[in-house]
Amino acid sequence: MPEVLKAPLVVEFPFTRSLGPVQSAFLTGLRERVVLGVKTVDGRILVPPVEYDPVTSDDLRDLVEVSPTGTVTTWAWNHEPRRGQPLDTPFAWVLVKLDGADTALLHALDAPGGPESVHTGMRVRVRWAEERSGAITDIACFEPYEGGKDGTRELTGHDGQFADMVTGIVAPARLDYVYSPGRAQSGYINALVERRTVGERCPSCRKVYVPPRGACPTCGVATSEQVEVGPRGTVTTYCIVNIKAKNLDIEVPYVYGHIALDGADLALHGRIGGIPYDQVRMGLRVEPVWTDGGRYPDHYRPTGEPDADYDTYKELV
Amino acid sequence: MSKEPVAVVGIGQTKHVAARRDVSIAGLVREAAQRALQDAELTWADIDAVVIGKAPDFFEGVMMPELYLADALGAVGKPMLRVHTAGSVGGSTALVASNLIAARVHGTVLTLAYEKQSESNAMWGLSLPIPFQQPLLAGAGGFFAPHVRAYMRRTGAPDTVGSLVAYKDRRNALKNPYAHLHEHDITLEKVQASPMLWDPIRYSETCPSSDGACAMVLTDRAGAARSPRPPAWMLGGAMRSEPTMFAGKDCVSPQAGKDCAADVYRQAGIADPRRDIDAVEMYVPFSWYEPMWLENLGFADEGEGWKLTESGVTELDGDLPVNMSGGVLSTNPIGASGMIRFAEAALQVRGQAGEHQVEGARRVLGHAYGGGSQFFSMWLVGAEPPVS
Repeated sequence: MPEVLKAPLVVEFPFTRSLGPVQSAFLTGLRERVVLGVKTVDGRILVPPVEYDPVTSDDLRDLVEVSPTGTVTTWAWNHEPRRGQPLDTPFAWVLVKLDGADTALLHALDAPGGPESVHTGMRVRVRWAEERSGAITDIACFEPYEGGKDGTRELTGHDGQFADMVTGIVAPARLDYVYSPGRAQSGYINALVERRTVGERCPSCRKVYVPPRGACPTCGVATSEQVEVGPRGTVTTYCIVNIKAKNLDIEVPYVYGHIALDGADLALHGRIGGIPYDQVRMGLRVEPVWTDGGRYPDHYRPTGEPDADYDTYKELV
Repeated sequence: MSKEPVAVVGIGQTKHVAARRDVSIAGLVREAAQRALQDAELTWADIDAVVIGKAPDFFEGVMMPELYLADALGAVGKPMLRVHTAGSVGGSTALVASNLIAARVHGTVLTLAYEKQSESNAMWGLSLPIPFQQPLLAGAGGFFAPHVRAYMRRTGAPDTVGSLVAYKDRRNALKNPYAHLHEHDITLEKVQASPMLWDPIRYSETCPSSDGACAMVLTDRAGAARSPRPPAWMLGGAMRSEPTMFAGKDCVSPQAGKDCAADVYRQAGIADPRRDIDAVEMYVPFSWYEPMWLENLGFADEGEGWKLTESGVTELDGDLPVNMSGGVLSTNPIGASGMIRFAEAALQVRGQAGEHQVEGARRVLGHAYGGGSQFFSMWLVGAEPPVS
């Protein structure tokens, strides 16, 4: 069996979040070293706060300030912190019920004593980050705390208003994949290295798929018979791209074409060059132009043959 | 046992805009849902289940947002499910909700779809750099523009038809207070002078990027009887799919779209859609898709769709108005766009479309498609309940 290709694929984007009134107050509060909870219809204090009552679905806007000290309700030891986690040395993930709150907040506990030093019921307090911007990371982490719980302390209401409210945050996301195009596409890609275009024929409908996917989407059967197609083909349709896309290193305008290679039963997509963009037309006969080290034809250029008659390719449009 | 008739008794939309920075995603969906409940004069307690839809998670970067939206949508303690069918999802979501009522699983269902495009970049989300693939494509417009050219070649439609659609839809949007684009100074000349982005598609012939949500309350016959306002009755609904690319695919007029429409017409007893249907809200993200779908949906013979557009038949005061609300060309919170088509169709037969109301609209089609013309969902709603 020929080699199946693999390559890393990183998907990364700085998503933005508009916060709405409750999260805006909560995160701005953290910047000001104030932890806010919200009071539900049945009188519970939720930390972190939510916008809508989980029982009655009513709007919740009644904010209260809770204590930066609390009690661990459960925990798990993290032996090997990964990129982007709150601490870079082993730590405990903890759920902390802050004094005054009825629900627990997920965060990290810096426990230099190791997992043996952590237990449910242990007292902890917020360690504030040096630089705070209005984010959950304004709590750098929690740390062990010897003080007890002051049961007499009255919760104070808070209007949630601060100077210079934080109304939005950036929430970067990154996913690391190992991508494999699979057997059929690997064969196609490997043949391209030899400047050959190889599709696969469906044993049932006899259609030749380029690029092949290993199965016929119409018949639902596996394909394996390899068929070399091209190198020449016909432009079945196209558009002229005048807008530069991010991460796409092609000068505009360029022609993005659907090209039915001779012997293929559907068109593949490629750039048409070697001809002024406004002279490209449906039915134009083209051939691939390769560049050294290129994995794909750089573009397709006119062969000089007469244009294909519309009836010969209209089923491939 | 026959199906339970399904009625639309509540409709709510947000004012669609480029960026709703004042609300969270939860706040956005909440707004549409509350307006739908108010329209139906119902409370959260009257809702038996919630069915939500949105386009791919990459469009905001929240994995399974439905989990965190349960509080905002009054879904705690109730069944809640999410539907995924790319750009057609708003339509498919309404159909899944309607099936729960038709099958008598639930009596009253809240269905909702949304997108908050300002939190991300859909063009990025649709153009991930897949290893070993040649990066060539510039967004959805680049994907669909060659199909538009193929349509023009097949039918001999004059170049100006696309601009007529855009000019009409943008003017219709001026009559819809919820539409995103309100271009008061729009002229046909401006549309025709706008830059070619993906020739043959001009800038003014493309949809905007919007933040918005749309919600509907669907109910059974008993619920409809309690409705304070006239309900819209579902007369037929269907979904179809086909692969994005296969040998023999007709990208101009996909078979799945034809089959989906035929199924809806069969359910509703429509013999001649051009005669029997009063207006259409169809999913037209690029202007040329109006004549293309007119043919695909059977309102015109093959090759003749552009003639309806050109002769003014699809204008608001025409014989078959299309996209009275301004359509996707004027408002595109992607995941919600299909549901807005369905909801606007329902508003028309309820006589509640306001300034963009088509006088005497009794049967109106709502249409959505998604992916690479891969998913189709449609419903036909009427002012009268189904006969059977």
